[in-house]
Amino acid sequence: MIPLVPDIAHFLAGLLVLLSFVQLYQSRLPPLISIFAAQSLALATFVAWQAQIQHAPHLVITAGITLIFKVMIIPLALHGLIRSLKIHRTVETVVGIGPAMMTGMALVGLSMALMMRTSAAVDVVVREDIAFALSVVLLGLLMMVTRRNAVSQAIGFMSLENGLVLAGTGAKGMPLVVEISVAFSVLIAFIVVGIFIFRIRERFDTVDIAVLDRFRGERP
Amino acid sequence: MSGMLVMQIAQTVLAVAVAPLLTGMVRKVKARLQYRTGPSVFQPYRDLSRLFTKETVVAHNASWLFCAAPTFVFAATWVAAAQVPTISFDVALSPAAELIALFGILTSARFALALAGLDIGTSFGGIGSSREVMIASIAEPAILMLIFVLALVAGSTRLTDIAFFVASPSVGLRISLLLAFVGLAMIAIAESGRIPVDNPATHLELTMVHEAMVLEYSGRHLALIELAAALKLLFYVSLISAVFVPWGIAPSGGTFVQYIIAMTLYLFKLAVAAATLAFFEISIAKMRVFRVPHFIGAALMLVLLAALLRLVSQSF
Repeated sequence: MIPLVPDIAHFLAGLLVLLSFVQLYQSRLPPLISIFAAQSLALATFVAWQAQIQHAPHLVITAGITLIFKVMIIPLALHGLIRSLKIHRTVETVVGIGPAMMTGMALVGLSMALMMRTSAAVDVVVREDIAFALSVVLLGLLMMVTRRNAVSQAIGFMSLENGLVLAGTGAKGMPLVVEISVAFSVLIAFIVVGIFIFRIRERFDTVDIAVLDRFRGERP
Repeated sequence: MSGMLVMQIAQTVLAVAVAPLLTGMVRKVKARLQYRTGPSVFQPYRDLSRLFTKETVVAHNASWLFCAAPTFVFAATWVAAAQVPTISFDVALSPAAELIALFGILTSARFALALAGLDIGTSFGGIGSSREVMIASIAEPAILMLIFVLALVAGSTRLTDIAFFVASPSVGLRISLLLAFVGLAMIAIAESGRIPVDNPATHLELTMVHEAMVLEYSGRHLALIELAAALKLLFYVSLISAVFVPWGIAPSGGTFVQYIIAMTLYLFKLAVAAATLAFFEISIAKMRVFRVPHFIGAALMLVLLAALLRLVSQSF
């Protein structure tokens, strides 16, 4: 069973990248939130597995934080948010699924090429985990760029943060303080984004951020 | 050698015997999930036997192509479905079970059916054929890419070699295999005409693809086409189970007990696949025909990603 041990970590990291692609593909909001929750669940499993194989009990706390906040509280809150804003049936027009997926592929290729060049001396599995983490970060950024809806941009941001946690826990010896601070910064960012979405909505009756482009400070 | 021949015949007969059962199971599970009782799982057998005894009506302007197509489609699909290793790795025709050849056979069946749809000259046949060919033109690059990925991982395009390789204990969890699995599942749904792409249970002119092509068929022609459609679904389910969950398939020179276990496990895998497919179908809506390229394009991207990752590093 020994050869399976790094495989499982690797597999879960790959699953995160796959779920990032599913997020890029999905244009409706409620499934998008559920996919984000699934991605966070995969991340929590990955971190718990890393705690097991690195013998680092503090990672269990990170996994717990991920599980409680990103798998349960934030998705539930987002579901409530889009329901109260009555935007849970909107289908947003993305840049186009084809070009977005194509760009995503290029980004994954870029992060692979980058990691193969810069960290040739590191252990292969760790290096590829970090390449996956970089892919998740870049795909989260791509998600934020290609979407016009403030809620999906927030999901892109949190999915980006999933990539950061993946990078932080895949490598050995990251102190817990960093992870806690990252987790709380995301929570705060979520609250800020939530308030922000409500403000946009109050002012413009929509959460489509394209409206902001035409707004130049005068009263609407 | 004679044992291999017997196994080949057994596998071939098994394919055509359980194909209607698989369709029946999908329908039954789907009905149960929708709080309906649904027809018995053996209903497709009854439908087929009824169709075989009914009169066959052929349009006046139909050419020989129209009458020959059902037989050809059925024969080609049956050959393809019989090549997939389901109960034994080593059968008489397994050296010929190349993935590229199998998909080539299926494509020629689709070509014949598309021609038959155009042959009568009705507008529905034309719509169905054009849509079918549109789907095929996107699905086939994805299939070829999938074959490349499997060949890169297993070092062969022979289906039995791939299944044998994946079943060997040295293969752990592979990212490229995960991506290929998702891609193949999406391709299988599109190719066998299941719900987000085509709905086999409706005759709504806006959406139908396969049903529009075969609208003019009746009697034994229709029975052959229905059986071929069931075999195609069985082909994809068997292919997924042979490539990604090949455990339980009897090795070459297996004992009788091993074959019985392999057969039981195969039926169990079919039941699991039917339940999964039915659950997927009731939880998703049929998509517009013009969104189908996005769906298959996503499958193509995933498989392409798997090929890229595999080329970058051997450990994927």
